[in-house]
Amino acid sequence: MPRMGSRVRVRNDMPPGHIRTPAYLRGKCGVIERTLGPFANPEELAYRHSGAPLALHRVRFTMAEVWGAAAEIPTDTIEAEIYAHWLEPADAA
Amino acid sequence: MPHDHHNHLSPSGHPFRADNDHPLSYWQTMEIAVRELLIEKGVTTAAEIARQIDAMDNRTPANGAAVVARAWTDPDFRAALQHDASVATSEMGFDIGPMKLIAVENTADLHNIVVCTLCSCYPRNLLGLPPDWYKSRAYRSRTVREPRRVLAEFGVTLPETTQIRVHDSTADMRYVVIPARPDGTDGWSTDDLAHLVTRDSMVGTGLPKSPDALA
Repeated sequence: MPRMGSRVRVRNDMPPGHIRTPAYLRGKCGVIERTLGPFANPEELAYRHSGAPLALHRVRFTMAEVWGAAAEIPTDTIEAEIYAHWLEPADAA
Repeated sequence: MPHDHHNHLSPSGHPFRADNDHPLSYWQTMEIAVRELLIEKGVTTAAEIARQIDAMDNRTPANGAAVVARAWTDPDFRAALQHDASVATSEMGFDIGPMKLIAVENTADLHNIVVCTLCSCYPRNLLGLPPDWYKSRAYRSRTVREPRRVLAEFGVTLPETTQIRVHDSTADMRYVVIPARPDGTDGWSTDDLAHLVTRDSMVGTGLPKSPDALA
């Protein structure tokens, strides 16, 4: 499990269904700010399954990472809650 | 002739709003059907539904303002709020139910702003129902992309040296911003301080009122 301060990448997948990982953050790298949960997987809850418990990581991204040259100020930040199964180590290919 | 609307303008000079007598939409019909069935089958009662609507309407940003003012004056409470905002605010009587709350503090170097890009998650236990703009596609899509332009439209311009941190409320957490305590309020009571705390200052789209506002 990634720890606070670990660099992670959000999986760059576009599966169908009820997904709580915003599309604009998929494929982007950030740093774990804190870990919460476990919470039941909302992708399963949405279809009336019980929902496997998952860690929920708050990940901090820089505007430069998310928007590139279009960022207003590159060092401003965005934080979002990303479920564990959407994250991979940032050094993964 | 107060009921003669032939010029389609009210006495204040605005056009009269069209009567809301179009047919029910599919979802409105379904909501009524489900509600009536739940009452008919004894799952709930009309009185219970009315009480719940009352409870929702009675939550206002005054709840959040009381929390912020206490955080400004009570260091132990402020620490408890940072440690676990759900517990700290529940103990003040503002139960958040199954959701979890995170309080994020503004400083001279950091300004927090909250958005829910996926829907309209909002700390209703502290702020009541969200304003229409919070649920609009424009606010939800632009705040993560150009927060400084959005803030400027709310009348807030911050120096580049103040980092802006956007919180996208994507899952189980709700966020409330604890704005920085205004200068010139030394010795103020918690009740007086609460009058400076606006709804927008707790969403991050605004700043607290200046102490001169209450003079």
